[in-house]
Amino acid sequence: MSSSNEESITFEYGDWEPVIGLEVHAQLLTESKLFCGCSASFGAGANAHTCPVCMGMPGVLPVLNRRALEYAIKTALATGCEIPPRARWARKNYFYPDLPKGYQISMYEEPLAVGGGVDIDTPDGLKRVTLTRIHMEEDAGKSIHDAHDEHSLVDLNRAGVPLMEIVSEPEIGSPVEASAYLRSLRAVLQFLAVCDGNMEEGSMRCDANVSVRRRGTTKLGTRTEIKNMNSFRNVERAIDFEIRRQIDVIETGGTIVQETRLWDADRGVTASMRSKEHAHDYRYFPEPDLQPLIVDRAWIEELRRGLPELPRQRCARFVTEYQLPQYDAEVLTARRDLAEYFEAAVAQHRNPKAISNWVMGDILRLVRERKLDDALVIEDWPVRPQALAALIALIDDETISGKIAKTVFDEMVASGDEPAVIVERKGLKQVTDTGAITAAIDDVLERHPDKVAEFRGGKDKLLGFFVGQIMKATGGKANPQAVNDILRAKLAG
Amino acid sequence: MIRNGPRLRPGAGSSGRASSRKTSMNLSDPASFTIATARSALDRRELSATELTRAVLDRVARIEPTLHALLAVTESRALADAAAADARLGRGESGALLGIPVVLKDIFATRGIPTTCASRILEGFVPPYDSDAAERLARAGSVLIGKANLDEFAMGSSNENSAYGITRNPWDPERVPGGSSGGSAAAVAAGECLASLGTDTGGSIRLPASYCGLVGLKPTYGRVSRYGVIAYASSLDQVGPFAWTVADVAAVLGVIAGHDPRDSTSVPRPVPDYGAALTGDVRGLRIGIPREYFADGIAPDVERATRDAIGVLEGSGARIVEIGLPHTEYAIATYYLVATAEASSNLARYDGVRFGLRRASAGDSLVDMYRHTRDAGFGAEVKRRILLGTYALSAGYYDAYYLKALQVRTLIRRDFLQAFEHCDVIAAPTAPTTAFRLGEKVSDPLAMYLSDIFTTSVNLAGLPGLSVPCGFDRDGLPIGLQLIAPAFAEETALRVGDAYQRATQWHLRRPAESTGNAPGTTA
Repeated sequence: MSSSNEESITFEYGDWEPVIGLEVHAQLLTESKLFCGCSASFGAGANAHTCPVCMGMPGVLPVLNRRALEYAIKTALATGCEIPPRARWARKNYFYPDLPKGYQISMYEEPLAVGGGVDIDTPDGLKRVTLTRIHMEEDAGKSIHDAHDEHSLVDLNRAGVPLMEIVSEPEIGSPVEASAYLRSLRAVLQFLAVCDGNMEEGSMRCDANVSVRRRGTTKLGTRTEIKNMNSFRNVERAIDFEIRRQIDVIETGGTIVQETRLWDADRGVTASMRSKEHAHDYRYFPEPDLQPLIVDRAWIEELRRGLPELPRQRCARFVTEYQLPQYDAEVLTARRDLAEYFEAAVAQHRNPKAISNWVMGDILRLVRERKLDDALVIEDWPVRPQALAALIALIDDETISGKIAKTVFDEMVASGDEPAVIVERKGLKQVTDTGAITAAIDDVLERHPDKVAEFRGGKDKLLGFFVGQIMKATGGKANPQAVNDILRAKLAG
Repeated sequence: MIRNGPRLRPGAGSSGRASSRKTSMNLSDPASFTIATARSALDRRELSATELTRAVLDRVARIEPTLHALLAVTESRALADAAAADARLGRGESGALLGIPVVLKDIFATRGIPTTCASRILEGFVPPYDSDAAERLARAGSVLIGKANLDEFAMGSSNENSAYGITRNPWDPERVPGGSSGGSAAAVAAGECLASLGTDTGGSIRLPASYCGLVGLKPTYGRVSRYGVIAYASSLDQVGPFAWTVADVAAVLGVIAGHDPRDSTSVPRPVPDYGAALTGDVRGLRIGIPREYFADGIAPDVERATRDAIGVLEGSGARIVEIGLPHTEYAIATYYLVATAEASSNLARYDGVRFGLRRASAGDSLVDMYRHTRDAGFGAEVKRRILLGTYALSAGYYDAYYLKALQVRTLIRRDFLQAFEHCDVIAAPTAPTTAFRLGEKVSDPLAMYLSDIFTTSVNLAGLPGLSVPCGFDRDGLPIGLQLIAPAFAEETALRVGDAYQRATQWHLRRPAESTGNAPGTTA
């Protein structure tokens, strides 16, 4: 919501209407893999998190991770999906060195969940993008082609990590709607704590099916599938490029070929990866090593009752409970970490609007600069919510000015010290002693008799000049309100 | 080669098995032992596990060069197992398989012991894990003698598809032992162990049991864990034992059966006391005779022996009812679609990347490596089935082949459910013929496939099927009676098979070679 606004580009396609469907792969935040007990965490040495099962050794068998199923069901419930009486695992067969078994265990004809939807805000108001399905599957490993002269290397730490595939209907009408959909979906996943939603690191990945048709017509055009978009921004750019490319092809008399295209972020283009004729025949069939998935209805209801507050509910509560503007509430609830940061700070010092301003401004900037996005753990952030609350409390009790607060904030980031400690150490305490302020004002006015005359002659703008000089003289510590009051009185006199 | 066995009139059973065998028990002929007779000798300390193991290893050393039932002999492991068993016996412990020499089909992963599945592609593969069945056998204190030969990846009915050479039938070295668990069957029949494990996907335990004059059981799908069993067709594969008697098979089943959390298709159901089911009493039990199993193509001696066996059971008080299994004729086609489809996927992991064989030369692309590795690593029958299965699952053919096969599978399953409304157990021949000659069917895969015509339905329906020796043909080759029970009613099949063995003496015969004596000697 916030960043799409700041980066907003107008996408105009004249007589053409884009039709977009998204397939999102979300990595579930389980401790272990989908079908074995290996750790699902990243960052270990190559092939450290492997066992005979995720290495695809002969004779070993998959056993479903119940927690992964729980997370997928929660997602289905939070998006209003229906969970059919039976789901079924299927094998997707293809050869690749990072796919140890030669097939991926996924779901095909009988997915875990169907229907439901994701709400997005559009200029025309709220829009619900319908979900076709949600299913579960295991991730493949990683092939590394450039580390060795003669060989490719394979790291299977990721093989078997649980993924959820969330497929939308082709109901998304523009690149902006596509990124809004992704942000909204990511917020839901983060609020459920089932996925950290980090697109750059690939824990949330997105493929787009794109086609165009003449406005006013209903028949869908031939679609292409776009892969390799690893940020919200790239999703917008890639889809925009692809729409324009398709329009151009059609308008110059060509036809769209159904194919998979890769987004090249450096060149800003999509390029053909494989056409339909070369598409894999995955030879899906029901996975005989796993029973059909018949989920206990009582468990589903239990999970439904235990669902946490979701982004839209939290947004509404922020408006009513903290009297925040709708815009603030939307920004703060677009991400679970921001919302939690905000509430932790408010719990410490109840000035919601001031805290909101700081969180949306300095905190968000810092988090973006330092790429702490999606960490989901606010403990890692350089300024803890309690410290920010303490800083704002210092402003509110007039210990420091808002301007000085920025300096204190920078120092908090640099040193990690408490704001009060910094104010004390640096002598930043606000001067509220009217005697000292009056003396500083008198000094400034004496040194600038010409400016005083001009002001009195009607040049109101010079007030700022005097305030600046006075703040400079007091090292910025003078209480701005007091300066203002006394200065106005002197100049009037 | 063998003396004519006692031709029993129906119902003219002879009792006193224990005493007759006990007197003939002879360490120079391990085939003269059953688990039951060895058990009592071990428990009474008349015999040590080490003595028994050495006798078996001597036998292995003498006959393996010609028999070739084993791909690996785990001699030092066997002696260590035996010493451990003797220590436990010395502390007064007992247990169904404590100190009993056993052999595992080389399809069971064994930690630290090469496991090849009789394929070049797994040459040199040493699993870092044990199959559940291997683990349970070890925990029970059995003695692992070795790993048995098989048709490569359990694909075959004769053991001629092994990449490491054929196994001969102990009853006639010019004949096949049956497949795919032919090595496991031949090993027991030749006295290289007292019991063995095989797997049965379309008849791979029952057929070799029948050809080798043994009792072989394919339990209900889900009764025994498949963990660590190299998959051929996952929805059909099931682990089961071979031994001389139904009582022995019941004892092994009691050890290997049970839920395994590592196999999601294994069933969390208590394991009954299979030995207690062997009451000898079949009075009033309804035995169904499927008319479709006595059709054209069945050898006259086989049909006669099967009908005689049914007569024996009738004489013991069972009621004979005729039943129909109308979709029987589609079983082979259905089996070869379902099994090959699953196999084509199961065997995709043998790609040369992580383990086993890799064939690649400098400059080879990835696809070249796959092609060279799989071309060199898989035998003709395995390639044939991978191709069949890939085709059956391909876009545009899936509905006509694989999906249709699943639908027919449902009909076959329903046939049995309906039949079991009228009977408690089904009796039929295990195979249409006795063991055929080596090489006889190698060039005709379809003829080979028909060996399984009476067994595949049972796998498609997931039911337990028991093969019990029920006579010999004019060439002195064993014939098997198949007893099929409802799901998880192994006890019924075992009770009937045991009652039959109490009434007959076929299972007391031993192949001539196994004794090391002149042809015609019986145990």
